[in-house]
Amino acid sequence: MVSGADRVTRARAALATVTDPELPPLTIADLGILRDVVADGEGVEVLITPTYSGCPAMVEITAAIRAALAEAGIAPARVRTVLAPAWTTDWLSAEGRQKLSAAGIAPPTRQPPRCPRCASPATELLSAFGATACKALWRCTACREPFDAFKCH
Amino acid sequence: MGAMVGSAVTLAETPLLSYVLGRADDALILGHRLSEWTGHAPILEEEMALANLALDLIGQARLLYEYAGVIEGAGRSEDDFAYFRDPPQFRNLLLVEQPNGDFAMTMLRHFLYAAFADPYWRAMMASADATLAAIAAKAEKEMAYHLRHAADWVIRLGDGTAESHRRLESALATLWPFTGEMFRAEAGEAALIAAGIVIDPATLRPTAEATIGRVFTEAGLTRPACDGWQSGGRRGRHSEALGHLLATLQHLARSHPGATW
Repeated sequence: MVSGADRVTRARAALATVTDPELPPLTIADLGILRDVVADGEGVEVLITPTYSGCPAMVEITAAIRAALAEAGIAPARVRTVLAPAWTTDWLSAEGRQKLSAAGIAPPTRQPPRCPRCASPATELLSAFGATACKALWRCTACREPFDAFKCH
Repeated sequence: MGAMVGSAVTLAETPLLSYVLGRADDALILGHRLSEWTGHAPILEEEMALANLALDLIGQARLLYEYAGVIEGAGRSEDDFAYFRDPPQFRNLLLVEQPNGDFAMTMLRHFLYAAFADPYWRAMMASADATLAAIAAKAEKEMAYHLRHAADWVIRLGDGTAESHRRLESALATLWPFTGEMFRAEAGEAALIAAGIVIDPATLRPTAEATIGRVFTEAGLTRPACDGWQSGGRRGRHSEALGHLLATLQHLARSHPGATW
């Protein structure tokens, strides 16, 4: 019989491999989607929070969480969606922000984003809505490259 | 899904259930209308924008339908509410079911809805109902983006060419009579308002009208006079347009009940 605390530690290790299908460099912990892991009877309960109400990745993320826990031999595993308090981009970890930049996506900021390629602050908004619900489309007026920026929410 | 499939069962609607369904239906129907642009938008950036706006709204509808299922307690899922109710059971505003028309009509309809929905969801964050407050906190952030985007287009079209201005004015003449319904509370909502569960939409009118006035001034539009507001959507009296919309939206689910892919 594994103690609840051990199980939670093992579950957290397994969940560290679960990434966002739309932002593969980022884990669900980096994004702040993973809210908590608690011991639940013989298994665990995982609390997650949606980033945007229409985010299609949540279904896949839930399936990926179940698969990762099953592979780690942690059962039963329940996944519960928590709405309050609402997710905000402030929950992105520092590591998550660095990973976004490295992937060519400007991290969320309340100012106009710097170009993730050349770091120029001279950027302009092309469209407030980008390839996914969480991103907007910008262009760098210095190096002329278009880039995605994570929307500030 | 159980015995509900395919049957137009009407269970007793409490005021809270009607209310939540109304807001879910607003989001689903407007989201569906926007998704009709997929593959037809005038420019690539707008194609992505319209799909994203639709996705936000359909996401909001899902959260609200899920909650409606909890309130009703009869085991109906979000799909049951979206696909297996007939037009008279829909509780959405008449504004959101109006056909897309041209791009001016689509953007003006979205602007008018967002000018109301943005302050509406912000106010609903203070709801005494924890679930509605939580849904509001998500929806409000999304609607702030919608309002900005639609307002930019209304200004651009109104202050654009003679043709874009003419089309926007024509859209305004069509849509304006449907805006009064947004600020109307239904008779059954008085107790919910008194309990702080929902807000009286009439209180949002000054904020929404200020936004509309500011944008119209920049767009060179004149607010039409209106002596007869169209209403009835919240009570299931809809325009012909909703029937056609639902025929498309519900066709697959009704032809193949319980289908998964």
